[in-house]
Amino acid sequence: MKYLKYLVLGTLFGIILTKSEVISWFRIQEMFRFQSFHMYGVIGSAILVGMISIQLIKRNRLKTIAGEPIVIADKQFNHGVWIGGFIFGLGWALTGACPGPLFAQLGSGIGSAAVLILAALAGTWTYSALREKLPH
Amino acid sequence: MLELLQQPWPWYVAGPLIGLTVPALLLVGNKALGISSSLRHLCAACVPAGIPFLTYNWRAETWNLVFVLGIALGGFIGYRLMGHPDVVAISAATVRDLKAEMHLTDFTGLLPRELFALANLANWKGWVFLVLGGFLVGFGTRYAGGCTSGHAISGLSNLQWVSLVAVVGFFAGGLLMTWVIYPLMF
Repeated sequence: MKYLKYLVLGTLFGIILTKSEVISWFRIQEMFRFQSFHMYGVIGSAILVGMISIQLIKRNRLKTIAGEPIVIADKQFNHGVWIGGFIFGLGWALTGACPGPLFAQLGSGIGSAAVLILAALAGTWTYSALREKLPH
Repeated sequence: MLELLQQPWPWYVAGPLIGLTVPALLLVGNKALGISSSLRHLCAACVPAGIPFLTYNWRAETWNLVFVLGIALGGFIGYRLMGHPDVVAISAATVRDLKAEMHLTDFTGLLPRELFALANLANWKGWVFLVLGGFLVGFGTRYAGGCTSGHAISGLSNLQWVSLVAVVGFFAGGLLMTWVIYPLMF
């Protein structure tokens, strides 16, 4: 039961991704070709609302519903951030999907999403296996 | 109201709701929004193979796998139960370019069937779009330490300059694929 809240939030998140069509390859192509504001509007307004929310949480020292202080870990820099980011970008334009949309596509019944997720798992596994040999 | 929910949602509705997921996860359980980590947890759960990066207590991250399961459920509800248009209403300019440059003719569905139909695995297109594409997403996001949710939305919301570097990388890769590699492929 303690996981029910994450199932609910994940479901809402999946519905939003689906209804705003950000899980569509066509939308991602439109974004990379700068032919619509849609994706920039979605990502930009999401960041803006997230930013205001985090500021409110920090300034008011809000706690979780369980009463714990909220802590957000800082992202650590290494060269993998831009090298890996660039590699992901190539894949994002090919598949038209980042990991969240892949799962939403799977739920919407698109068979290719299953292949894409398996390939993405293979990619994550390969990175994990080669990690010590890669520049960071 | 029902009709409004069934139609595609505009950016100014969807974007803020996605943004609210960030504080919602923090408030309900001190969790940072990030989806690509689920791929790592699945690898750690299924095929750890003695790899140090995959040897950790993934069970402590079960919430992330449940969240992702929810996303799939949301995809089913949002697409199958709430209805959807046959064609994603992308701009006329994009339709024109995709017809001219990538020879696409079928614009129905969320993805072009001409590239993503499973039957395409019999030729190079399927392998590039389905297998290589998916592989690069899984490899790159873990190498970068996050994807669009973890870096772009969660990271930038928390004013992390590291995430800005990642997002510049995402776009550099995406633009190179769209503007340079696609024209060479088709």
